[in-house]
Amino acid sequence: MNVVHLLNLFMFRIAWRNLFHDKVRLIVTLTGIVFALVLIAVQFGLFLGFLETSSNIVARNEADLFIAAPEIPHVNGGAPIPESRRFRALAVPGVAEVAKYSLLFVVWKLPTGAQESVQVVGFEPGSGLGGPYDIVAGDVNELRNDDTVFVDEIYLPKLGIQGIGDSVEIFGRRARVVGLTRGILSFTTAPYVFTSFKNAQNYQRLGNDETMFLLVKTKPGANVARVQADLKRSISGVDVYTREELRQKTMNYWVFSTGAGTTTLMGAVLGLIVGIVVVAQTIYSATIDHIREFGTLKAIGARNSHIYRVILSQSALSAVFGYAFGISAAKLVSLATEGSNVPILLPLETAIGIFAMTILMCLTASAISIRKATSIDPAMVFRG
Amino acid sequence: MTQPVIEIRDLYKTYGAGDAAVHALRGVDLDVHAGEILVLMGPSGSGKTTLVSAMGCILQATSGSIRVAGREIVGVRERDLPDIRLKNFGFIFQGFNLFPALNAQENVEVAMNLQGIGGKRARLRAVELLQLVGLGDKLRAIPANLSGGQKQRVAIARALAGDPPIILADEPTAALDSESGKIVLELLAKLARERKRAVVVVTHDPRVDEYADRVIHIADGRIASSENRNLQPNALEAQFA
Ligand SMILES: Nc1ncnc2c1ncn2[C@@H]1O[C@H](COP(=O)(O)OP(=O)(O)OP(=O)(O)O)[C@@H](O)[C@H]1O
Ligand SMILES: [Mg+2]
Repeated sequence: MNVVHLLNLFMFRIAWRNLFHDKVRLIVTLTGIVFALVLIAVQFGLFLGFLETSSNIVARNEADLFIAAPEIPHVNGGAPIPESRRFRALAVPGVAEVAKYSLLFVVWKLPTGAQESVQVVGFEPGSGLGGPYDIVAGDVNELRNDDTVFVDEIYLPKLGIQGIGDSVEIFGRRARVVGLTRGILSFTTAPYVFTSFKNAQNYQRLGNDETMFLLVKTKPGANVARVQADLKRSISGVDVYTREELRQKTMNYWVFSTGAGTTTLMGAVLGLIVGIVVVAQTIYSATIDHIREFGTLKAIGARNSHIYRVILSQSALSAVFGYAFGISAAKLVSLATEGSNVPILLPLETAIGIFAMTILMCLTASAISIRKATSIDPAMVFRG
Repeated sequence: MTQPVIEIRDLYKTYGAGDAAVHALRGVDLDVHAGEILVLMGPSGSGKTTLVSAMGCILQATSGSIRVAGREIVGVRERDLPDIRLKNFGFIFQGFNLFPALNAQENVEVAMNLQGIGGKRARLRAVELLQLVGLGDKLRAIPANLSGGQKQRVAIARALAGDPPIILADEPTAALDSESGKIVLELLAKLARERKRAVVVVTHDPRVDEYADRVIHIADGRIASSENRNLQPNALEAQFA
């Protein structure tokens, strides 16, 4: 075997010609790949969306550390702790600021009289920790006034309101919408409603000397891990999480413990399996249809390596074309869900990952075809 | 005298085993010389295809000896066979066996590429060979747009791609009308006469008589008779050596 043999692109040319010779089969193959890819991309995109929406409230919080009641399952499952812990925390070196924070499910009454569950986020407007972000209307300082709330614009219809200035009823109390955010999605069916901590205490039946979390901002340059350890040591009866730890805990709970994440990942795996089967089936039937040609190739002196190259080129080409169409379709789906409450995310990393997966899928799918083609007895060429 | 390009001695081929065993060849002795057209005739199932397949290293014989250009090929390793086929044989099939998705020129280039000849050289040689078989104006035609005779001529051009010393053809005219068959046979004869190829043709076609140097009749896996026809000097010399 010489260099010319190895560099020989002619087998690729045969593959190319074979592929385009039978246009119907090409369309079937590509359709199969496209469906599989869209399924994989959508399911995985949903999964990524879940990862994000499940823990955004923690990820976008400016606090470096969270002091919480012991063994809470996730950020939305906090329990009251004495507010007095705050002073202990402030005494720990490296701590710049400590603010109260609460998060609790509360009933929201629509103008129609129907009820919705919301999660009231209570934060201290003066602290700059735990407040609304990505604000599109209103001033966060307005939340210093009693009975004022921020909601996300995406949930306006769900909450039965039009926008800023609307009056609403939360936990039996009137409140006024003074600001809107964009894209603060809730993983549960209960939208987030931001209000001042003081106000939240009215809705949440938290005692006057209680809070649910203490948000800690460290001094610039402080070693967050050391501050965390010091906080744990000096305050008993609480857990102290870094932002990332609480984010992970919350994400794991919502995405995995609830089965939502596993289900979407299963969907993606299913897409992969469907893809492999569809592609394997079409490539195999193409191989069977070309079996006489492979026999002829062998008879006239081709080695098995030549045959591999034809089949692998054929499936790699299918993969590339299938990917081009598939990822475009997935991108359209992703764009269509942008700004919805169930975003299907398709970042570049996913697109690259799916490309690798498509190639892998198609090459795996050619395995049986290769076995079939290389086991051909070239003597078949002389039989009728 | 010149050495035969193929020397077959006491060749046996048995398909299957036990009760199902078929003894397709039962002791064949045969020499094939450069420059001759050897015609194999015989009833269906007599072993003609088996014999050319064994000669062409496409089928492993059960016992006996086949020497191709002096090299023993019975019992060689499976993975050495493709190279032996590539270097020594050009094959022509009853059903043409062209690649339907490739045009005439590419069908010839395939074989060139297997030989390790690529690019422009392969293209030029493919054109040359197609001109030789009279298809210089059909370079870009795909097989579906060619007549049977034209397809078989593309196949001949392909068989010549590696400039092999031996051409093996199994029923090359069976699927052709008489006019196309004649053109194909003339081409094969020309290869033997002018280019000194050894040409082995399996056929039922009586027209082949006109071109044959030798006609071998096979029956039940044995050579039943051998007749010399318009002997070429080379073959003649071999006969009386
Ligand atoms: N792969 C095989 N397995 C089993 N038996 C076979 C096989 N190939 C050929 N045979 C048998 O071997 C014998 C010789 O077959 P072969 O094909 O060589 O005959 P042939 O002379 O070419 O016949 P035809 O004129 O019909 O082409 C036949 O009895 C056939 O059935
Ligand atoms: Mg036969």
